[in-house]
Amino acid sequence: MKPMLAIFGGALAIYIVIVLLIAVGPAIDLSRTPAGPGVEPLTQLQAEGREVFAGNGCGYCHTQQVRPLPEDQVFGRPSAPGDFAYQTPELLGSERTGPDLTNVGNTKPSDVWQYIHLYDPRAVVPQSIMPNFKFLFRVVDKAPPGETAVPVPAQFAPAHGVVIPTQKAKALVAYLLSLKQTPIPGYSMNGGMGGMTSAAPSSAPAASAPATSAAAGGYSYDATKGQALFTANCSACHQTTGEGIPGAFPPLKGNAAVDNDDPALHIHTVLHGAHGVTIGGVKYTSVMPPFAGQLSDADIADIVNYERSSWGNHAKHVTPADVAAVRASGK
Amino acid sequence: MAVTAQSCPAPALTPTGTADNDPRLSRIFAAYTVSATFWLLFATAIGLLLAFKFGAPDFWAAKYLTFGRLRPIHTNGTFYGFASIALVGAAYYVTARSCGTRLYSTKLAWIGLWLFNIAAVAGTIALELGYNWGDLEYREWPWLIRLVFLAALLVTAWNLIATVARRTSEDIYLSNWYIVAGVLWTIVIATVGVLPWYQHGLGQVAISGYYMHNAVGMWFTPLALGLFYYAIPKVLNRPIYSYALGVLAFWTNLLFYPLLGGHHFLFSPLPWWLQTTAIVFSVAMLVPVWAGSANFLLTMRGRYHGRIESYPLAFLFVGVICYLVGSTQGTVEAFRSLQAIWHFTSFTVGHSHLTMYGFVAFAAWGAVYALLPLATGKNPGRLGMAVHFWLALVGVSIYVIALSIGGTMQGLDWVHKVPFIQSVVDMQPYYLWRGVGGILMFLSHIVFAWNVWRMTAGKPGDAASPIMDPSAGKEIVGKEVVA
Repeated sequence: MKPMLAIFGGALAIYIVIVLLIAVGPAIDLSRTPAGPGVEPLTQLQAEGREVFAGNGCGYCHTQQVRPLPEDQVFGRPSAPGDFAYQTPELLGSERTGPDLTNVGNTKPSDVWQYIHLYDPRAVVPQSIMPNFKFLFRVVDKAPPGETAVPVPAQFAPAHGVVIPTQKAKALVAYLLSLKQTPIPGYSMNGGMGGMTSAAPSSAPAASAPATSAAAGGYSYDATKGQALFTANCSACHQTTGEGIPGAFPPLKGNAAVDNDDPALHIHTVLHGAHGVTIGGVKYTSVMPPFAGQLSDADIADIVNYERSSWGNHAKHVTPADVAAVRASGK
Repeated sequence: MAVTAQSCPAPALTPTGTADNDPRLSRIFAAYTVSATFWLLFATAIGLLLAFKFGAPDFWAAKYLTFGRLRPIHTNGTFYGFASIALVGAAYYVTARSCGTRLYSTKLAWIGLWLFNIAAVAGTIALELGYNWGDLEYREWPWLIRLVFLAALLVTAWNLIATVARRTSEDIYLSNWYIVAGVLWTIVIATVGVLPWYQHGLGQVAISGYYMHNAVGMWFTPLALGLFYYAIPKVLNRPIYSYALGVLAFWTNLLFYPLLGGHHFLFSPLPWWLQTTAIVFSVAMLVPVWAGSANFLLTMRGRYHGRIESYPLAFLFVGVICYLVGSTQGTVEAFRSLQAIWHFTSFTVGHSHLTMYGFVAFAAWGAVYALLPLATGKNPGRLGMAVHFWLALVGVSIYVIALSIGGTMQGLDWVHKVPFIQSVVDMQPYYLWRGVGGILMFLSHIVFAWNVWRMTAGKPGDAASPIMDPSAGKEIVGKEVVA
């Protein structure tokens, strides 16, 4: 019996001690992490949406953690411990086959976009390899009272009838739109990060400052960069064709604000977003997010100039100084 | 190198059982292997469908066939259906034979097999119905079903320990250290993973990091190594190179492995010390990995030519090499500088297949081909083993190489801050090659099923006994000496 006790008993006892020290102990401590400023628990509908999210395995392709690395800047500020106070189950994830969703409620705030994208991701992002979630929608002849049909583009829409979200789709979209980072002024995480921290974004105004001053020097429009920024930030709604999605997202091609030598409204819209505007006689209910907080004046100038010189638009180019002027004049 | 006796410093126990061949033990080994084979076919068919969906996302996108429900069915099915059942079945045989005794309880072994299967079937159905609480990797099954799996582990531990207690020798052969301890550790892992009190928010993240790596490294690794320590000497008909190296690897694996789980959450909001600890011990893992691999390779010394003569040895050899390469790769991946590129990319999927497939599945197959014919007295066909071996090896090589290159490109795309969708577009050819590898892998599993049939219920094949003729080895050693 003696060697058995020494080997098996010893191996088990040592393992239990290590597990208590490295896993259970820290977990007890971390479970008490207080919520960060402005971090709220989910509503009942949002919590229901989280179950739809996890139950259909969305977390296998979409992370919900922003690392303090330059490449993660596009997804928001680095995640802070307080962000996860109400996140049980945790959905940090281990793969980014698709983009991170930590801040998707801020970057894609339009429920219409979320519905079209879930119904058929390729209707808004042609290269997407996300599966469609048509099983979360119903196709009916006519939208019942109180329901709004999803404006799916004609070539992706069912041949007959209109698309209506089910309760599960509504809950899922409510959950997705709840994924918003709350600002933590001057925040940078994990002081011991060495070289990596210096590259981490601290706060948006600081990030735009050097670009603004650089603008005072020579600015020349970089078409490649403009296109890349447009693809990353704008094309999901306005489409690479610049034609938007009829009834959902306005076109930029031939748009009176874009194809206009006075850039003020164009710049203002990119900086501060829009909601419920009428363009070309069509009223658009969807929400456009503001970009003032995430993009520098030079970046916005590149995007604006790309839009002003594409799809047959021929409007005068702007400079970062023009963007800075509109930014300074406030909302 | 011709001198073999002096190079075994420890009192190397040659693992040859003294008890009569026990037909009840053979039936258990066979039943576990057959059951594991069903899970292998099912779970890898799902895997193949998943690989296809990367190129055709609208294919079978209905509720019960959606990617996110099938993905955990694939991972849990291969982990807890195939690998766990295959390893435990072979472990029963190894423990009883190396202890020179009969299995403590045939009945408990059957109960265990039922419990493993009930858990895996119920878990699969639950995931299919969308009961997946939080996409928490490798513990997606609802907690009640994970308790059934825990019960299977308890039954297995009881049976194995009682069998070791009945051993005829004073010493406990090294295989049993790994096998019994592996089951005991996994009982702890399953318990820690299921208790809810400390799993809120970030606390649960800490447990996820611990769980997902310990379920691999303290369950599949020790069981597979335990099989290596028995099957490799058995097939070669010579003792293990060094008993002491095996003991060193055992204790260092125990001390280092549990501490590295946090490397799944580098750059996350988990405490900095937890992440750094994980990196340090990821490096420390080189000690048990190299000690263990060296031990196996040195046991095969001078007999490398035998790999081509013996397919059981070829499977075991690939298993050892993938253990060495995959684990060393894991250490490298844990460095912050490389993690910044590879984390979240398909590179990690390549890594998990190099280890779980190249190492664990090849170890399980090697053990089955080496030992099941000894238990049942039926050999598979030589051609069947050859086809299985080459399809699986070429398949997994294509798979791992494609995702390693593609994953690196994906990571560099992000570093270069191109629009995210570009990384999706750039991955397409690599997803395609992954599918090509996957097809070969799946085909090899069909051949494996045929081989299992011949080793159990069917008509035996023409392969020679898995135990190699020691004189054949000496000849080769002699040639090397002459050369």
